[in-house]
Amino acid sequence: MTYIAPKVFDRELKKGSAELLILSLLEHRPRHGYEISKLIAARSQGVLRFNVASFYPLLYRLEQRGLMEGRWVEKAGQRRRRYYRLTAQGRKMLKEQRSIWRDFVNAMNQITGAEHA
Amino acid sequence: MPDWGTEIRLRVEGLKLEPAREAEIVEELSQHLNDRYEELLAGGASAEQAYRSVMEELDSRRLAAELQPRLRPAPRPVVLGQDEPGKPLAGLWRDLCYGARLLRLNPGFALVAILSLALGIGANTAIFQLLDAVRLRTLPVRDPQELANIPVVYHPNGRTGSFSSSNPQLTNAVWERLRDQQQAFLSIGAWSAQRLNLSQGGEARYANALWVSGNFFETLGVRPVLGRLLSPADDHPGCGSSGVVISDSFWQREFGGGASVLGQKIALEGHPFEVVGVTPASFFGVEVGNNFDVALPICAEPTVAGERQSALRNPQGWWLAAIGRLRPGWTMERASAHLAAISPGIFEATAPAEYDPTDRKNYLGFKLGALPAASGLSELRREYESPLWLLMGISGLVLLIACANLANLMVARATARQREMAVRLALGASPGRLVRQLLAESLLLAVVGALCGAGLAQALSRLLVSFLSAQNSHLFIDLTPDWRVLGFTAGLAILTCLLFGLTPAIQGARTSPGEAMKATGRATTAGRGHFAVRRGLVVSQIALSLVLLVGALLFVRTLRNLVTLDAGFQREHILINDIDLSPLRLPAATRVAYKQELLARTRTIPGVISAASVRVVPVSGNGWNDNISIPGTTVQRKIADFNRVSPGYFRTVGTPLLAGRDFDDRDTAASPRVAIVTEKFVNKFLAGTNPIGRTFGVVQQGGKVDRIYQIVGLVRDTKYNDLREEFMPIVFVAEAQDDSPDLEAQFMIRSDAPLTEIIPAVKRTMAEMDPAMVLNFSVFDTVIRAGLLRERLMATLSGFFGFLAAILAMIGLYGVISYTVVRRRNEIGIRMALGADRSNIVGMIMREAGALLGIGLALGTGLALIAGGAASTLLFGLRASDPWTLMLAATSLAAVAAGASFLPAQRASTLDPMQALREE
Repeated sequence: MTYIAPKVFDRELKKGSAELLILSLLEHRPRHGYEISKLIAARSQGVLRFNVASFYPLLYRLEQRGLMEGRWVEKAGQRRRRYYRLTAQGRKMLKEQRSIWRDFVNAMNQITGAEHA
Repeated sequence: MPDWGTEIRLRVEGLKLEPAREAEIVEELSQHLNDRYEELLAGGASAEQAYRSVMEELDSRRLAAELQPRLRPAPRPVVLGQDEPGKPLAGLWRDLCYGARLLRLNPGFALVAILSLALGIGANTAIFQLLDAVRLRTLPVRDPQELANIPVVYHPNGRTGSFSSSNPQLTNAVWERLRDQQQAFLSIGAWSAQRLNLSQGGEARYANALWVSGNFFETLGVRPVLGRLLSPADDHPGCGSSGVVISDSFWQREFGGGASVLGQKIALEGHPFEVVGVTPASFFGVEVGNNFDVALPICAEPTVAGERQSALRNPQGWWLAAIGRLRPGWTMERASAHLAAISPGIFEATAPAEYDPTDRKNYLGFKLGALPAASGLSELRREYESPLWLLMGISGLVLLIACANLANLMVARATARQREMAVRLALGASPGRLVRQLLAESLLLAVVGALCGAGLAQALSRLLVSFLSAQNSHLFIDLTPDWRVLGFTAGLAILTCLLFGLTPAIQGARTSPGEAMKATGRATTAGRGHFAVRRGLVVSQIALSLVLLVGALLFVRTLRNLVTLDAGFQREHILINDIDLSPLRLPAATRVAYKQELLARTRTIPGVISAASVRVVPVSGNGWNDNISIPGTTVQRKIADFNRVSPGYFRTVGTPLLAGRDFDDRDTAASPRVAIVTEKFVNKFLAGTNPIGRTFGVVQQGGKVDRIYQIVGLVRDTKYNDLREEFMPIVFVAEAQDDSPDLEAQFMIRSDAPLTEIIPAVKRTMAEMDPAMVLNFSVFDTVIRAGLLRERLMATLSGFFGFLAAILAMIGLYGVISYTVVRRRNEIGIRMALGADRSNIVGMIMREAGALLGIGLALGTGLALIAGGAASTLLFGLRASDPWTLMLAATSLAAVAAGASFLPAQRASTLDPMQALREE
């Protein structure tokens, strides 16, 4: 059996779930980078937080894979911002990942939660 | 507020991203950090705490590491028009592609350019291909550079005797001594070309025969493809009808290439010869331009020609040529020295007994020598080498004019693209790189033009060969392109590319970016330097085309002079019938009567106006001369041309009888010998006095004067050997008084019916007398025309090139004058607004064209006078500096030039001044 240190487990979990988190947040409307990172931190009540150095490279990777696309948008009286929105491919990917995640969480819950049932 | 942008830029600059991408990332991330910083401040953190916290999140090493695999680094920037460092030829392909794209966008220009280059390069390549085949190519035999031709190289007073074949260099006696005494050559052979009749009775059908010595094939190193070749064993005195070797083409043509040909018989002049072998397809003999059909040993010549007519037996019969293969280590000079040393012995031993002391002394002084024969011998070469070089020069000039035209177009394009060049220079392109880019376009045009030209040349050179092939003698020239032709075409492509591409390229790259960018569109196009180049090009085009027009007119007038020349006889409506009576084996005593009977029957054929027998058809290339002496005068041993004719000859050829009488029935073998002479004879030998009744004698060999002739008639001067020659003194003697009539007759038949309709009737009449005689027909006018082939070739081709050159020059002039009009639009508008009328404007433009034309014509006249020297030997009846020709050429060029400039001038005069000024 492979031993995974708690720190590494945390990192891998974040990395694997980060894509799903970002795609989910873009499901209903385009958002800019800071907004996405704020929402992740807020909705997870501070449990999940990305720093700049890893968050933006992740955005660029998703963009490169064609799952979302970024566009500069100018609004009156504001600096222009780069907004990201899901592509059709991204939407498909989100659906797949969400279903896998659900299955995974259910499985985990059934094992980890069974002790308490 | 901290400067987040600088912080981020510092962290990502090592990634060498594309500048635009880097800027986006910096902007996006700075915004993020800014938002975060403000959020921290709002949350109660001090500025320093907030800053430290944000900087921790930025985690510089991680950012670069995470971005690295996500983003593509920018490619190494190449400034347009500059090479990548360390790769001077990099981008050449891109240049070519760019050039191709530009040409595709401008199909009209590309088409004109490629077409004019293809024509120019095609014409040059075609003529070079002929020159290569006729002059430069070596014989397709083993080690041709070792071969030498051995003629009499020293004969200060000429040779005496009878000359036959295309290379009458040696007599058989000289050949045999040479073969036995020489030591310079490993092997030595002799040959003589002659046409021999293949048919037995009826109309003749000729084969190109080669009389060869036993070691001819061995000397050349030719191997048979079938059977065997002739060897010394085949060539021995009295060999009779021996074996013969045939060429591959004859084998294919007559025997369908079947192996059963060996042992089959072919009839040559009625004598059967057995085929013993076939030569390879590449071997055509040693004469460029003639492909041999049959090779037979020299020893069989008396059998075919008859003992009496045999050149082999005649000590004065010059009919052979020798070719030898040098011994290893021997040079041509050493061989020549050796031949000079053995010459006295050879000529002493072979001096004809009939020679008088003068001839004998002359003969004993002859010297043999060795001349390089790697490329064979050729009458064609002697006749056409200098015309071909001249044509090469002419077509070279046409190409030069085409290049000037293209250069003109390219300069115009370069002018139009000046802003583009300026932008590229401003972006850092080096001028050298721009020159390369512009040259790439020219190279593309030149290569496509050369490819089309090479294709065109194949068709053109074949057309030229068929033009040069006379009616009865088809020229055999190997025109497969060799490395020389391909190299020549490639060289031309590069040369033309440099000629028309370099000046515009340099001009284009010399643009001053500042000025070009500042200037407005139209002012930019008015660069004075560019325009001076264009005017210079047009002046040179006019000058060169004048040279070509003068040349064309000189050759056309030469041909016209020869065609319309009063040769002393009429050319039209005369059929020549050659009759070989040898199959009839008539005894000598009955021959004259038999021929007279044949002639009498010919005269009765419906449609025949008159007919006569003649020994030498005028200007046919045959001839007969003798020395004459006039008793009691200083005219002793003077040369005169002779001809033997029947009564009615002068009427048939239309030569007027000026005094005395024609030959008639009174002149028989028994009556005193009579002669009719020409005016030149009277003026030269009788001081212009009345010749009728005067007598002269013919000097026989050994110096004895016998055969005294009495002059009974005087006729107008007529040409004898050649239309180009001066009139010569000619003596006509009577057919009926022929002492030694042979078995050949030649009739000239005048008819007002089409000559092709007369031929069957003549054949029938002859066959009624005896079907065994062999006939050959030709038309007098065609024979004369064939003699003018060289002049016709020069007139046709130089005329064509001259025409082409004039058109090209006019296109150039039209372009430049049109451009002048565009350039001076404003000026013209102002002039018209100030009151200049249309004729003033036309006059102004025409004066500008006139200046260009004037300079061009003056230069061209000078060039034409210098170049004329090269053509002088090919002219007839006029000099190269003929003022009328010069004037005619200059006037016609001026007229066309005026037309070409009038159109733009006219356009300028219809300009609306308001509109022209508004555009300023």
